[in-house]
Amino acid sequence: MHSSDRPFRACLFVFAAAYVLLLIAMLVADASFTSFGNIWTALTSPEIQYAIRLSFLSATITAILSVWFAVPIGYLMSRHSFRGKLLIDGILDIPIVLPPMVIGLSLLILFQTPLGKAVESVVPVTYRIPSVIIAQFSVACAFAIRAMIITFDQIDPRGEAVAQTLGCNARQAFWRVALPQARRGVLGAGMLAWARALGEFGPILVFSGATRMRTEVLPSTVFLELSIGNIDAAVAVSLIMVTAALVVLCLGRLLGLGRKVF
Amino acid sequence: MIHLEGLELCAGEFSLAGIDLEITEGEYVVLMGRTGCGKSTLLETICGLLPAAAGRIILAGEDVTMASPAQRGVGYVPQAGVLFQTMRVRENLGFALHLRGMDRHQQAARVAEIAEILAIGHLLDRWPNRLSGGERQRVALGRALAFRPRVLCLDEPLSALDDAIREEMYGVIDDLRSHTQVTTLHVTHNHADADRLADRVFVMNETGLQPVEKKCV
Repeated sequence: MHSSDRPFRACLFVFAAAYVLLLIAMLVADASFTSFGNIWTALTSPEIQYAIRLSFLSATITAILSVWFAVPIGYLMSRHSFRGKLLIDGILDIPIVLPPMVIGLSLLILFQTPLGKAVESVVPVTYRIPSVIIAQFSVACAFAIRAMIITFDQIDPRGEAVAQTLGCNARQAFWRVALPQARRGVLGAGMLAWARALGEFGPILVFSGATRMRTEVLPSTVFLELSIGNIDAAVAVSLIMVTAALVVLCLGRLLGLGRKVF
Repeated sequence: MIHLEGLELCAGEFSLAGIDLEITEGEYVVLMGRTGCGKSTLLETICGLLPAAAGRIILAGEDVTMASPAQRGVGYVPQAGVLFQTMRVRENLGFALHLRGMDRHQQAARVAEIAEILAIGHLLDRWPNRLSGGERQRVALGRALAFRPRVLCLDEPLSALDDAIREEMYGVIDDLRSHTQVTTLHVTHNHADADRLADRVFVMNETGLQPVEKKCV
């Protein structure tokens, strides 16, 4: 590197170091605030065990559902031009930019409409476990869709064009050529949706409530423990979530998922 | 074999009307023209990847203007080959055969035959990302020819190759022609491609396709 470029490079490092240090300091502060004993006590509490089970189960279901929707929507947005595409593209980002509480409120109101009440008469949703999954899905799916659009944008569409000249129809070209090439992106989108669902709180609080042993997920536990002044338990649960998120991130890196997707 | 009648191309902002062309069976025609004049659009329209705005495309006596790409029987080699990255060379070569329900033994025999013509037998178990530029183009040619297409459309297949590999590929294409006698439409910027390979040369411009003498290219 030329010596005249060193100040610029140093400047970049200063910004990066400041932000990374902030993140590390937060984690270290959490870890030093509690002890293994506190974490163990938290882990053995039936309420927290229920929250862990519900969080992991609902996040997994949400991730699968998100991928199921994100793959076709991502392919549509990446490969096809149609009237109103710009508008649809904007609408798909609403869950990313909207305050989480507003999403929860909107879901709550939606399930008070005649259509929502009709669904409720068959499957009770509001303030029950399905509402947790719907709230998580509403937000996590938007992230998965964005990841899949980027994935398909990076795959050369001429591959599918060649496949069609070789005898495929559009569906076969998608299944045989595009989707196998997108498999890392699909995995990345699933992991992103899972991690996002695990940390979702605002929409769940409004749409599902935070009732112990019923709709309590890990972020709700942090909220409930903080509200009764049990900071040890709140920090212990926070560390469980941090660990789960780090495992998913590291797994993503190990699987070679690109930075653009993950 | 390839008969274009009053063809009108339309792709985004680009449009070009009044394209007429007649290529006889086994002929090798090279199409040249400046960047953006619509050469690739014409190839993609013949392949069925873009719709024709007007006119007719007749291949081997059959009007395929409204047919899907799969129904046209056109072998297509885009620039840089565009091999299927999740398939080995063997699977790339056998892709069209598998789609046609050919049994495994027949597929293997045809893949071996194509691999021998193109001298890529030693590459059959490789992944596309382990191939050189010239090897990739050979495999792309083999994949397009494996199902015995009526017509071969080549979109600047040699543009990314250095002079030595390009010369080698001329030999490969000569061999292919002698083995398959496939009718070929080849788009290129390179005058040497036209001089070396073409039976006839056309230049594409705003008025359509103009035949030119090889020495004038």
